[in-house]
Amino acid sequence: MSGNGFIECRNLRKSFGAKAVLQGVNLTVQRGETMVILGGSGSGKTVLLKHMNGLVGPESGEVFLDGLEISRMEEDALTEVRKKVAMVFQGCALFDSMTIGENIAYPLDEHTLLSPEVIRDRVREALALVGLEGCADLYPAEMSGGMKKRAALARALVLRPEALLYDEPTTGLDPLMTHRINRLIRDLQKKLTVTSVVVTHDLQSAFVIADRVAFLQKGQIRFVGTREEFQTSKDLAVHEFISDA
Amino acid sequence: MRAISEKWSLRGFYPLERVSDYLGGLGLLSYGVARCLRKRWEGGLILEQMERIGVRSLSIVLLTALFTGMVLALQMGNYLTRFGAKPYAGRILALSMLREMGPVLTALMIGGRVGAGITAEIGSMKVTEQIDAMRSLGINPIQKLVLPRLLALLIMLPLLTVLADLVGILGGLVITTFELDIPADFYLNSIIQFIRFQDLFSGLGKTFFFAFFIAIIACYNGLEVSGGADGVGRATTQTVVTTSITILVSDFFLTKLFLQL
Repeated sequence: MSGNGFIECRNLRKSFGAKAVLQGVNLTVQRGETMVILGGSGSGKTVLLKHMNGLVGPESGEVFLDGLEISRMEEDALTEVRKKVAMVFQGCALFDSMTIGENIAYPLDEHTLLSPEVIRDRVREALALVGLEGCADLYPAEMSGGMKKRAALARALVLRPEALLYDEPTTGLDPLMTHRINRLIRDLQKKLTVTSVVVTHDLQSAFVIADRVAFLQKGQIRFVGTREEFQTSKDLAVHEFISDA
Repeated sequence: MRAISEKWSLRGFYPLERVSDYLGGLGLLSYGVARCLRKRWEGGLILEQMERIGVRSLSIVLLTALFTGMVLALQMGNYLTRFGAKPYAGRILALSMLREMGPVLTALMIGGRVGAGITAEIGSMKVTEQIDAMRSLGINPIQKLVLPRLLALLIMLPLLTVLADLVGILGGLVITTFELDIPADFYLNSIIQFIRFQDLFSGLGKTFFFAFFIAIIACYNGLEVSGGADGVGRATTQTVVTTSITILVSDFFLTKLFLQL
């Protein structure tokens, strides 16, 4: 049985070869909150995030999503789970053989019986949410990094998920675009009341968007709390991370 | 598969461990494809792949077959004349093309051209996280990427082989007519009278196995790519090498099998 969280990770362990990436991670994300997972490079943030929609399975431990254990599910059964939990990838992962409109329409084509007109409207609506009106016919190669991030976000939103997982949403962007993306994440969270989990090593972004912060170091959660608690934490590792950032 | 290699004490003996992992991966992918067969087939994707795999490979396959037929005719003409067996050139050439040269050379060409292309395409998708993106959208990459390519290869490789057989025999006709002075009608009649259905069946039967090996190896290598552009390059090379070796080795066993049928 799970507790009260929308996403719950319990004692997660994961290794790749001899390298232990997650070493007993426990983390609960409440429904509707924005949880930011901070940590240095190679600390296991992305691997932890990918456990939350079953892209990666644990060696031991469990992941619960809305009370349902997903860590032992077959790929086919995970389809329904993944409609609820969308993900925005670090490199955007847009399908480069498709236009942005086709990218966004793809999950609707696959999972719904909506008419082409309704799908077109949903695509337009998703593009408007991220400020990319009129870009449906562009190919990913014709867009800037910031536009791609927003297009990837539009694709993630189009199935109206209950939770959004962001993997390094501001990496590689200039400060202005970083600010726009952070504001967009914040606005979407308020507007759509989705549960959000954001993995980043960017402290400034974390303080803008987080309701709560988790700090991951060497495959273990060292700290979970509000941004204020994080900033005033006496934990040596947290203190060091803040000082170095 | 890791468990199997541990059970048979392959751990620590790196080459065997790698081979067992690789074969296990191919087996798991084949099982995944078999499971997808029960789901909705994507006709549009299969047709698209048939065009990319079959139609676009036509020129390279036919050119290879034409010159193979011509070279075989030249060699046979040269040696059979010494034994006074020149009239048999057509029959031997047709038999070689139908049973061996047509299927094997077509498969090697397709394994090189198409197999490498499949690995590069899927591998690029893997390193740019597009495969993970598909999965995260609840879309099965095996159903969308592997199954259409496998079915397209299973349809197109036998068809290409039939065309290669015909063009190879026609290439032989040109040489036997103009170089060996064998009349064209004699050449063709001797082939029609001598060749049996089993000869064609034996060659075409192999192509289904070759198509399966090319598709599964190429897709698996693509799906297992890691390490960026360098990894894609390595996987592509591995596909060409592995498919070529698999085609040549399996050809021996398939030939033994079909000879007994």
